[in-house]
Amino acid sequence: MAHGSRLKAFPPKKNMTTSSSFPLAVHDLTVVYRDKPAIQDVDVNIPAGKLTAIIGPNGAGKSTFLKAVLDLLPRVAGTVEVFGKPYRQQRQLVGYVPQRASVDWDFPTTALDVVTMGTYGKLGWVKRPGKAEHDLARQCLEQVGMADFASRQISQLSGGQQQRVFLARALAQDAEVYFMDEPFVGVDALTERAIITLLQDLRQRGKTVVCVHHDLDSAPEYFDWVMLLNVRLIAAGPFDSTFTADNLRKTYGGAMKAAIDHFAHFEQSKG
Amino acid sequence: MNLLTDLIFDYTLRNIALGAAVLGIVSGVLGSFAVLRRQGLLGDTLAHAALPGICVAYLLTGSKSPLVLFLGAAISGWVATLVLLRIVRETRIKEDSALGVVLSVFFGVGIMLLTFILKHNDANQAGLDKFLFGQAATVTAEDVNTMTILGVFALLVVAVLYKEFKIITFDPNFAASLGFNDRWLGVVLTSLIVVAVVIGLRTVGVVLMSAMLVGPAVAARQWTNRLEAMVLLAGFFGALSGVAGALISVSEANLPTGPMVILSLTVIVIISLLFAPQRGILWDIKRFSKA
Amino acid sequence: MEIVITGILISVACALLGTFLILRKMAMMSDAISHAILPGLVAGYFFAKGPDLFAGFLGALVAALVTVTLVEALKNTQRVGGESAIGIVFPAMFALGTFLVARFFENVHLDTDAVLFGNIEFVAFDRLFIGDVDFGPQSYYVAGALCLINLLFITVFYKELKLATFDAGLAATLGFSPFFIHYALMALVSVTSVGAFTSVGAVLVVALMIVPAAAAYLLTDKLPMMIGLAAGIGALSAVLGYGLALAIDSSVAGAIVSVAGAFFFAAMLFSPSHGLIAKARRIERQRVQIGLEALLVHLLNHEGEEGEAHESEMLHLSSELRWLPQFAQQIVGVAANRGLVMQVNGHLILTDNGRRQGQQLMVY
Repeated sequence: MAHGSRLKAFPPKKNMTTSSSFPLAVHDLTVVYRDKPAIQDVDVNIPAGKLTAIIGPNGAGKSTFLKAVLDLLPRVAGTVEVFGKPYRQQRQLVGYVPQRASVDWDFPTTALDVVTMGTYGKLGWVKRPGKAEHDLARQCLEQVGMADFASRQISQLSGGQQQRVFLARALAQDAEVYFMDEPFVGVDALTERAIITLLQDLRQRGKTVVCVHHDLDSAPEYFDWVMLLNVRLIAAGPFDSTFTADNLRKTYGGAMKAAIDHFAHFEQSKG
Repeated sequence: MNLLTDLIFDYTLRNIALGAAVLGIVSGVLGSFAVLRRQGLLGDTLAHAALPGICVAYLLTGSKSPLVLFLGAAISGWVATLVLLRIVRETRIKEDSALGVVLSVFFGVGIMLLTFILKHNDANQAGLDKFLFGQAATVTAEDVNTMTILGVFALLVVAVLYKEFKIITFDPNFAASLGFNDRWLGVVLTSLIVVAVVIGLRTVGVVLMSAMLVGPAVAARQWTNRLEAMVLLAGFFGALSGVAGALISVSEANLPTGPMVILSLTVIVIISLLFAPQRGILWDIKRFSKA
Repeated sequence: MEIVITGILISVACALLGTFLILRKMAMMSDAISHAILPGLVAGYFFAKGPDLFAGFLGALVAALVTVTLVEALKNTQRVGGESAIGIVFPAMFALGTFLVARFFENVHLDTDAVLFGNIEFVAFDRLFIGDVDFGPQSYYVAGALCLINLLFITVFYKELKLATFDAGLAATLGFSPFFIHYALMALVSVTSVGAFTSVGAVLVVALMIVPAAAAYLLTDKLPMMIGLAAGIGALSAVLGYGLALAIDSSVAGAIVSVAGAFFFAAMLFSPSHGLIAKARRIERQRVQIGLEALLVHLLNHEGEEGEAHESEMLHLSSELRWLPQFAQQIVGVAANRGLVMQVNGHLILTDNGRRQGQQLMVY
């Protein structure tokens, strides 16, 4: 399926640069929830054209990290740059897939309409989506194998189908960097395959993807790069050299046993 | 048939019905967003919060013209909105408690001011409380005009910002990541609800206002799976219950309009919940008993 | 004086329940109940053929429980959100009540205004006489009984209430029915509303349940303390509110609520643990702490390097750490004050103390 070229429905972005700098450069990011730091002093540059996993135990601040990067949570300190410029100037280069459970799926609308929302950022204020936007949304639904469900009410979709609708919406944003919050949670095997094919396709087209991921088993298979996070950044780098027993121990601390087992499993499968 | 000619030619009845219809349309449309944003009780709080504004407006100007009192009500409703947002965002108080605190404190202050006015400005005070408990029977043509202008303004804003309201209602975080300021848009939407409330105070009153926002939206939701259709249908149901309530209340002496509007609306809600295709509860029971 | 004592008793009765309403996120349910009892009251009077206290009480209680059940049932259909369910049910009940009054009580004076605001001013006129002996205002006994019942309830079922409030699932598995707790609490809210609103009105009942408890929630993290504070703030509001009403000659009920509101907003601003001012201070402290740490680590990293002199210039610091110049100045000032750095010829040098702290930070 060669659909890359079909996604050029929009002219190149004005005043936005993608050259010669990291898709995401985070400097000294600190976020506080109530009194406790949720993210502390995180310094990381995410390389272009890679699939990056953010991995860490529950409460490690993985989703918080994404939300802080996207300006959805206030930062106590730190800067976030997308391709060398502050995030706010580069919004249109960024696509976002929130957690599926974060919205009310009983909202009165169709799959196609949700995907069309991905084009709202480029439409800007007041202007309504027209034929071009709906066509693009349809193409994006097709890419995630959901073309037949375009006019389905969203509450009638399965969890996996809802997740694919969210991914299609991010595709409709036609971004350079995609942030996804646990896209594999609660989906069926078919959807998991569809998502991973899609991620690989995005990589092939030179896009950058950053996923919050919690499954240590599948992580090595799916991702090229990893960020190990537990409030502080424990390690970040290419998967093979970073996803080590030592780093996992530092990341998971007390919950170590399970993590080590996973690691042994991973080493075996590599060997 | 007599009733129909009255509706067109009888001055009082025409005003009552028109006022209730305008209220129904505006509150149905805005209530749809409120209900989907899970803010079904916001209208109740804002309605109570309007009272101190009405009193202050009267104390400052000494005027009882609908525009002045509407403006006072709107300003204090708006202040209440901001206070509410602040409490929810910046303290550990949850939304439900914050609604209760703002509702009762604003209303308490309002009652204090109202009794103060009653005792100190002996003349001319009568009629302030009709803005509270909705004496639809005393709605004048001037009131109707003011309500219509306010209502048309609110509906225009919804038409212009429809796409934005839709996305912040469905997925505020995603909307924010696209650059639509969800907080700002939320305040605009709530301010429009304040407009609906202000229109409603005069017709159905403080206590019943929350149903005018919630009822049409809940009923409409049962019949359709499209936001566009839901918004239009809610406006229609609102207007329908408004006119029906007005007609019932004049058909028999001594029936107050506001409660009759709400009871008509309640009937529409019950019918919708039970019989609407697909979502109706009766179909569930039928499916269940077959299985 | 009799007004104040009635006010205090009612405030305490309300605050005892309010604490649990706040914690269970059911504050607006009390608003719904206090309005929805109107049709029950009317029906009670209708059957008793006059404004009979007991019949009205019973009718109101039934109406309140019908309201709670209807709201639960609507929620359970999954077609309506919880808050929308409340928002439909209580106006419908209130409208029904007003309709019944208009239809059947054209001559009976049941003023909806009085139902809403109450007339605490007149408590002294309804007195309890046994024989010829004056036993004080009736309201003493009603409010006192409410206080006692509520106090008894939360003392006897304290453990169950606490558990069902914080973890309904666990409570259910341990055999404490959250269903029972829920309806028992709702029944008491209803009884308290009915008992209180003839003297203070529906809206004041809601205010006295919610506002003092919300203020207390901002002041403490301990449940018994919260209950005590809520009762205290409620009682104090009654006393000060009465004074205020006398001073400006206004409704006592309105003044009591206004004072309670003032307590709430004071707690919101000044609470040492959860107030806005304390919170702003805490964030500022954290910002400074983070800045200090970054400064120490930066200086330590470049200590002994060739470019050390350059790295430690103020201007360079603010661009390297991406700080605004004022912030850099503030942090350097704090660091110098605490004896962590010294300024020598416009360069920053770590003191021994600063180096030690920096090294501790580097361990991470």
